[in-house]
Amino acid sequence: MGFLDTLLGRTKPVQPKLDDLFALPSAAVTLDAGAGFKPTGSGSVCFRPVEGRSFADVQKDVQDLLNASSGKDGGLPVEVTKDDYGFTWLVSSHMSDELEALVTDLHAVNSSLVDNGFGPQLLCTLVAFRDDSERRLGLIYLYKRGAFYPFAPLSGERRDNALELQVKGVIGDDLKWEQDLSRWFPVWGAPGL
Amino acid sequence: MAARTRYAPDRGLTVRMTATMFLLGLVFVAFVAAIIGIGAAYHASSAAIVLFAVVLGGGFAIGSLFYSDKIALATAGAREVSPADSEQAARLHAIVDRLCALADMPKPRVAIADTDMPNAFATGRSADHAVVCATTGLMRRLDNNELEGVLAHEMSHVAHKDVQVMTIASFLAIIAALLIRIAFYGELFGGGRRNSNNQNAAIVMFALMAVSIVVYAISFLLIRLLSRYRELSADRSGALLTGQPSALKSALIKVTGQMARIPTRDLRTAQPLNAFFFAPAMNLSGGTGLSNIFSTHPSLERRLAELDKVQQQLGRTAG
Repeated sequence: MGFLDTLLGRTKPVQPKLDDLFALPSAAVTLDAGAGFKPTGSGSVCFRPVEGRSFADVQKDVQDLLNASSGKDGGLPVEVTKDDYGFTWLVSSHMSDELEALVTDLHAVNSSLVDNGFGPQLLCTLVAFRDDSERRLGLIYLYKRGAFYPFAPLSGERRDNALELQVKGVIGDDLKWEQDLSRWFPVWGAPGL
Repeated sequence: MAARTRYAPDRGLTVRMTATMFLLGLVFVAFVAAIIGIGAAYHASSAAIVLFAVVLGGGFAIGSLFYSDKIALATAGAREVSPADSEQAARLHAIVDRLCALADMPKPRVAIADTDMPNAFATGRSADHAVVCATTGLMRRLDNNELEGVLAHEMSHVAHKDVQVMTIASFLAIIAALLIRIAFYGELFGGGRRNSNNQNAAIVMFALMAVSIVVYAISFLLIRLLSRYRELSADRSGALLTGQPSALKSALIKVTGQMARIPTRDLRTAQPLNAFFFAPAMNLSGGTGLSNIFSTHPSLERRLAELDKVQQQLGRTAG
């Protein structure tokens, strides 16, 4: 934010950075090879809904778009959930080997919101992974930072920091990581995880 | 581009804020000119006094800037919390987390003040040193959406660097207030001796005091005006960030409605913090005419009307 905007108290809503999302499929291969985590096939986009007709229309369009494509490539219809904090999650489910189709779906949500001027409302995208001992792992993409971080919830509101750091090490340079650990914020009870 | 039109800045507010700051600057220049004029007319005996006031005032300003977070937390009786401390703390942290991710801001420290008065404030000299505080009374009364609206308002204060802006704006008033005091005591204790030199000094003191009083009065009103504009822009940015102006509106109505029923003991302890509160703890008679120009916050009606504008802006179909 520029000096003048600060002085005049005008915050510009931050536009999301979308491109890095497509690095996910190749990172997933590395993750499987290095740590044994496989994609579950489900992923979600989290955004803050805006009140009013305009946003409701856009959201409906997005859902229709995803549902229309789900028939063809074998995916399930999208699921919409609202969490306790008033954020909406669009969950898209595919077969576990269809990560690219999933990422394309997630990206479709992003571009519809951005095209309609609601880009600043995007919070994060989550793609779920699981290993043989059923440990859960989410790779979360923060739109405003244009960076990923891992999130491994345990039972209760605890997270497996060791696993998270291990995953970051295994994937290494395949993803653009959020370097500031204080921004690895937890998303408890995120749908699709 | 669609995004640009949907989140257009409020031009009227920008113009009014610029005008206020320009006037403050003008008063500052006039003040300096008057002091130099007085000093030139009657020896330089006033120079030392003015220099003393500037150094002392500057010390105050820098001190309050650097310790604003500690001072505010101590005054409000708040303590910093981590998510693991309590269920309430976890809730507050979760909301702040998401707002920071949405606004791409570093996460401020989070504090809770154990009082039933429903309010919140944010302070700290920069985004890296900021602390956001909510009272237990606020968290008890508001649901998550409303609480998020209030916190988005507070985080907008942090993003706009309001502590810095208001400290710099108040600098002038601090110096004027100090000069009034110094000149007043100078008159009081120096008044006994009467020779030509001291008479001159007395005139200098009197002139200094008169100019300082005028400057203090004008800058006081301008600072309050600026404070009200900054509240409005924080409301606006907060509502744009969450996309839910109506949640902020209902929080405002709840908080100001409750405010009328607060016992006075709370009010007095809360008063020094007023400028950074979400809603003023000291509510002067309903916000009519005169009391409005002295208050740090705009009236409830004004804030609701401004949020209506945001609501219309967000609801407009793309274009």
